[in-house]
Amino acid sequence: MSLDIILKVNNVGKQYRLGVVGTGTISHDLNRWWSRIIGKEDPYLKVGEVNVRSQKGSSDYVWAIRNINFEVKRGEVLGIIGKNGAGKSTLLKILSRVTSPTTGEIKTKGRIASLLEVGTGFHPEMTGRENIYLNGAILGMTKVEINSKIDEIIDFSGCLRYVDTPVKRYSSGMKVRLAFAVAAHLEPDILVVDEVLAVGDAEFQKKAIGKIQDISKGDGRTVLFVSHDMAAIQNLCSRTIVLKNGNINFIGYTSDAITNYLTTEDGNKLQLHDRKGSGIVKIVSIEIFSEHSKVNILTGQLVNFTFRLKNNNGVIRKDLRLDFRIDDEKGQRIAWLSDFVITASQKPEIIVNSITFQVKKFPLNKGTYYITTYLTAGGTVADWIQNACSFSVVDGDFYGTGRTPPLNQGKTLLNYDII
Amino acid sequence: MNTDIEDDWLYTISSKRKLIDFNFNEFWQYKDLLFLFVKRDIITLYKQTILGPLWYLLQPLFTSLIFTLIFNNLADIPTGEGVPNFLFNLAGITSWNYFKDCLVGTSETFKKNEKIFGKVYFPRVIMPMSVVVSNLLKFGIQIGVFIGFYVYFVWFTSKSYNVSPNFDLVFSPVLVLLMALLGLGLGMIISSMTTKYRDLTFLVQFGVQLLMYGSAVMYPMSYFKEKLPTYYWLIEWNPIAIIVEAFRTMVFGTGELNSFKLIYAAISSCFIFLIGLVIFNKTEKSFIDTI
Repeated sequence: MSLDIILKVNNVGKQYRLGVVGTGTISHDLNRWWSRIIGKEDPYLKVGEVNVRSQKGSSDYVWAIRNINFEVKRGEVLGIIGKNGAGKSTLLKILSRVTSPTTGEIKTKGRIASLLEVGTGFHPEMTGRENIYLNGAILGMTKVEINSKIDEIIDFSGCLRYVDTPVKRYSSGMKVRLAFAVAAHLEPDILVVDEVLAVGDAEFQKKAIGKIQDISKGDGRTVLFVSHDMAAIQNLCSRTIVLKNGNINFIGYTSDAITNYLTTEDGNKLQLHDRKGSGIVKIVSIEIFSEHSKVNILTGQLVNFTFRLKNNNGVIRKDLRLDFRIDDEKGQRIAWLSDFVITASQKPEIIVNSITFQVKKFPLNKGTYYITTYLTAGGTVADWIQNACSFSVVDGDFYGTGRTPPLNQGKTLLNYDII
Repeated sequence: MNTDIEDDWLYTISSKRKLIDFNFNEFWQYKDLLFLFVKRDIITLYKQTILGPLWYLLQPLFTSLIFTLIFNNLADIPTGEGVPNFLFNLAGITSWNYFKDCLVGTSETFKKNEKIFGKVYFPRVIMPMSVVVSNLLKFGIQIGVFIGFYVYFVWFTSKSYNVSPNFDLVFSPVLVLLMALLGLGLGMIISSMTTKYRDLTFLVQFGVQLLMYGSAVMYPMSYFKEKLPTYYWLIEWNPIAIIVEAFRTMVFGTGELNSFKLIYAAISSCFIFLIGLVIFNKTEKSFIDTI
C-alpha cells in the first residue's frame, strides 16, 4: 500500500451568520451581492470572530472553523476530537459535501462517504429490505452492489426476522442496527464516521468498532473518525487532530493528541446553569490539582480541590459550611465531601477566600466526573451550583502494581490487602 | 508503482463554482437512486388508504365533471365542434395536472428534504427529477382513464361526435417532455429561491391556481381570442397554454397545430429548465446553512 496523500485540506474556513433570517438579513445580502457585482471581496468575510460558544461576540458572524490545513494519507485512520462546538461537525459536513466552505479548498483522490448520522432517508412505511436499498443508494451504492451484499447486510444487522416488515414497527435500536449495517458495507475510498457508536447496545458497539477496524486495517481504506470516546479514538486512530474554537490546536500521534485535548479542556470552568442561593459568599472558581500533574488527575494520586470564594461581606470560616458532591457522567452520586463530617468543631474565626479539600489517594476510576457545590453561610444557602464543573480522571497506578481494575467493574477503588 | 502526479485529484471541494456545473457522470452513477426514490414515492403515497391508487383517477374525473357543469353548462363556454365537453375538460385537466404536479412537487425540494440533504451528499438534482418521473406514472394512469372515456364517447354513445386523433399525436411524448421540463425548471427556481426567504412559497399556492385560468385548461384559445382580444397575448405566449392546446388538437383532431408557437414553447421550456438548473446548482452547495 503506497502512502500517498489521498485528501488535502487547504486553508478551509466556514463562516456562519448568527441569529434569525428576516428583513434584517436582506440588507447584508444586497451589500454582499453588490460587492460581487463591482468585483470587490465579500465585506463580511473580514468580520466575524473566533467561535467561542459561551462568550458574547461583537458581530453576527462567526467562523465555525478557520484556517484548517491537514493532509491524510491513504489507509490512515485519522481521529478528530474537540469539545462541543469546536467545529468537528462543520468540518465533516464540508468534507462530505453537505455544505461548501467559505474559504479554502479540499482536494481528494477518492470518493468520500459519510456516516454522519445513520438511518438517513429511512422511510417508515417501507420494509427493512426496501430501506436497505434506498439507504444504500443514498449513500452512493448501486443496485448491483447492494444486491451482492444484501444477505451480508441483513446478517450483520441481526434483523432477519423483521426484514420484510415496515421500519415503523422497529424498535429504535433495530433501526440503528439496520442503518449501520448498510453504512458499514459501503466501499468508499474515504469513510467519514461521526459518533455513530454512541447508539446501540454493548454487543452492537463492539461489532461496530470491529467493523471500522476491519475497514481500515483489513481493506486499507482511509477513515476519518470523530468521537468523544477517547478509548475508541486511542484504539482506532494512528493520528489525531484536536480542534479548539474552530482551529487546529494539535495534530500528531493519538496519545499526544489526547493529552493535549485533556490539557486544553478547561473543564474546571464554572458552569452556572443551575445556581441558587443568597450569594453572600460566592464560589468564583474550582481548581482541581493532582500532585504531579497540573492538568491530569490520575487515580491514586494526591488531589486538591480548591474552591476560590468571593467573600466581600466578610463571612468568617466558622460560619461557612461547604459540601460538594461528585457525580459520574450518568449522574450517579459517587461521593459526598463536606466539612460537616470532617472539621465540624475546628473551624477558625477568620475571613477566608478559599477552601481546599485534599484527597490523599484519589480513589475514582478513569472517567469524567461532575461537581455539585453546596455552600452555606450562617445556616442559609449562599451558593448552590448543580454540576458546577467537570473533571477527567486518567488511569493511574493506584495499587502500585501497574494494574488497574476494569472500568466496567467499578467506579471506585478501595485500599485493601489480600491476606 | 504508483506514479501519481501531485495534481491528480478526483475532485475539489471549494466555495468557487462554475456557472453550469452539471456532472453527468456522477448523475449516471446515482441513477439507481432516482428509481428508488420513484419507487418510494409510489409505494408510500397511498399507504393506509382504502381506495389507494384509485385516488389518481377520482381527482381528475371529479374536477372535469365540475368544470363541465360550471364552465360549459352554466357559463356556456364552447368546446369546439363535435367535442364532448367532459372529454375536452378531461384532456385539459390531465395535461395541466402533470405540469402542475411537477411544478408543485419540485418547488419544495430543498425544504422537504432538508434532513436528508443535511446529512449526506448525492447529486441534489436527483430529487426533483424523481418527482417528475413518479408523476409520469400517475400521468400514464390518468391518460389511460382518458382513453377509456374517449372510446366510450366515440363508440358507445348515441350522439355522433366528430373527434378522431390527429396524425400529429405521435409527437405527444414531446409535449409531455416539454411539460416536464417547464414544471421542473420553474419548480427548481422556486425551490432555490425559497431556501432563505420563504415569501415565494405563498405565491406558489395561489399562483398555480391562477396560472391554470391563464393556461387554456377549460376553454379553447380561439374562444378567448374572440371574447377578450386585448388580453389574448397573455394566453397566446404562455408556453403551458400552447402545450395544453396542442395536446387537445392532437387528440381531438380539431384545428391545426401551430408549429411556430410550438417551437417557441419548446425553446422557452428548455430555457427555463436551464435557468432552473443553474440556480439550483448554485443553491445546492450551501443552502443547508440558510434554510
